[in-house]
Amino acid sequence: MYLLKALEGSIELGLLYVLMALGVYISFRILDFPDLTVDGSFTTGAAVSAVMITYGYAPFIATFSGFLAGAAAGTITGLLHTKGKINNLLSGIVMMIALYSINLRIMGKPNTPLFGESTVFSAIPDGYFLFIVPIVIVIFKLILDAFLHTDIGFALRATGDNQRMIRSFGVNTDSTIILGIALSNGLVAMSGALVAQYQGFADISMGVGMIVIGLASVIIGEAIFGHKTVFRATLAVLLGAIVYRMVIASALQLNMNAEDLKLITALIVVAALILPKIQKSIGQKRKMLERIKEVNSTVDSKGRDINA
Amino acid sequence: MLEINHVTKLFNANTVDEKLALSNVNLNLAPSDFVTVIGSNGAGKSTLMNIISGVLKPDDGNVKIDGVVVNKLHEHQRSKWIARVFQDPMAGTSPNMTIAENLSIAYLRGHKRTLKRGLNKEKKLYFKEQLERLGIGLENRLNANVGLLSGGERQALSLLMATFTKPKILLLDEHTAALDPSRAELISNLTEKVVKEFNLTTLMVTHNMAQAIQLGNRLIMMDKGQIIMDIPPSKKKGLTVEDLLHEFAAIKGEELNDDRVVLG
Repeated sequence: MYLLKALEGSIELGLLYVLMALGVYISFRILDFPDLTVDGSFTTGAAVSAVMITYGYAPFIATFSGFLAGAAAGTITGLLHTKGKINNLLSGIVMMIALYSINLRIMGKPNTPLFGESTVFSAIPDGYFLFIVPIVIVIFKLILDAFLHTDIGFALRATGDNQRMIRSFGVNTDSTIILGIALSNGLVAMSGALVAQYQGFADISMGVGMIVIGLASVIIGEAIFGHKTVFRATLAVLLGAIVYRMVIASALQLNMNAEDLKLITALIVVAALILPKIQKSIGQKRKMLERIKEVNSTVDSKGRDINA
Repeated sequence: MLEINHVTKLFNANTVDEKLALSNVNLNLAPSDFVTVIGSNGAGKSTLMNIISGVLKPDDGNVKIDGVVVNKLHEHQRSKWIARVFQDPMAGTSPNMTIAENLSIAYLRGHKRTLKRGLNKEKKLYFKEQLERLGIGLENRLNANVGLLSGGERQALSLLMATFTKPKILLLDEHTAALDPSRAELISNLTEKVVKEFNLTTLMVTHNMAQAIQLGNRLIMMDKGQIIMDIPPSKKKGLTVEDLLHEFAAIKGEELNDDRVVLG
């Protein structure tokens, strides 16, 4: 029973992290832009929504404001990279550090509790969480899919794929990069807003390591569920975020120290990045050996072609 | 159609690496001219292409399209009129998108991109018709990722994507050089076909002298940042590789010496 409860909790939390994982998917996979802003923007979304809720704003407006705040942060990262010509990793890091101070300013203190406040989840009747939230998350996924199949979506995807090509067809890649990073961080921040409302507080350090968790979700999802099409890839990311939470919950169930979680996450990412490469090179080697056998079988011991 | 007036490009001015890539170059292309450009390494061919497409800005002089000076326009802004096929077959397409999606991107050259759906039945049918022009069976693989295509197939697709919206100017930058001979010939023939069908004003850089002679109605030779030879349509017919080499020797007082030039 206890285990089941823990599992349920991890799925609930996983669902809220799906938007963050989709955000990381946009920057990391679609734009090929390893954007570290998310460590800061996740907290920004949480901070903005928590503060607004304590000031009496409607939770939905507060959550959407979190999205906008994240998108604004992403826009600045995009501007730093495209107009400021700063390396993409560095623009994200700079923004992440800047956001730490900004997030403190937003909250005025390192922690904003939401106990007793009504949140977006207050609207959900007891026991319907795992019914309503998945539907909402899937709707978000489908909207993202649809967006990625519009003309602007095509331009965005091509920007990550081949900048030179998409420029030669009249797309300003600076704009598509800024748009993509803004959208990515908007989703990450909204995820932060949801997590804060779910756990009952926003905390200055809640975004630490978020990029790696996002990456872990994306990579685990892709490895298990495949990513041939956009539809499949976003589905994989969605499920990956939930699987990741379940893995972490299981690790905790096995009496693993909570302090080691980040280390485990890092190890999962490393393994997920390296294993497919090893698998591939083994496969290639085997194919080559087969081919060598094949080629050798057509010549006799003196090197003459036996078919000739 | 395309005018290049007194264009000069000086790289690394006032340093030991200073290089005069283009020196007071003038070139005027009439509508539906198909000009082939030859010249040794460092002659300024690529710089010329980059100046026309907007990748580089001239240090002096100007570029006019249809009588309008475009010096200040960026590459993506000029792409409304100028299409380009690169030497690298990977450069002209987006590998992780399908053939249909790539064509859809190309289809909107010069148009605003909105939140409309990128593909629909009508468009797919149109793309299928266009792909049939290539005659290599791509019309049956609309939903295949471009990354799965061979170099030759990708270059054929790049050529179609560059041309089927009928741009004012087509720039071909040694677009057959990275292909094996049979593929190169296929692309070469396709180029001739689409340029004629769409009636495009074309500038083609090549290292293959025979190709330069075979294609187009006008041939220019560049050397050390200048156009040293301009063979008009009237004289281009019947031109041979020997004529070109002879002419070069006569102009420069030295033999054409470049490992990359393919004579034949």
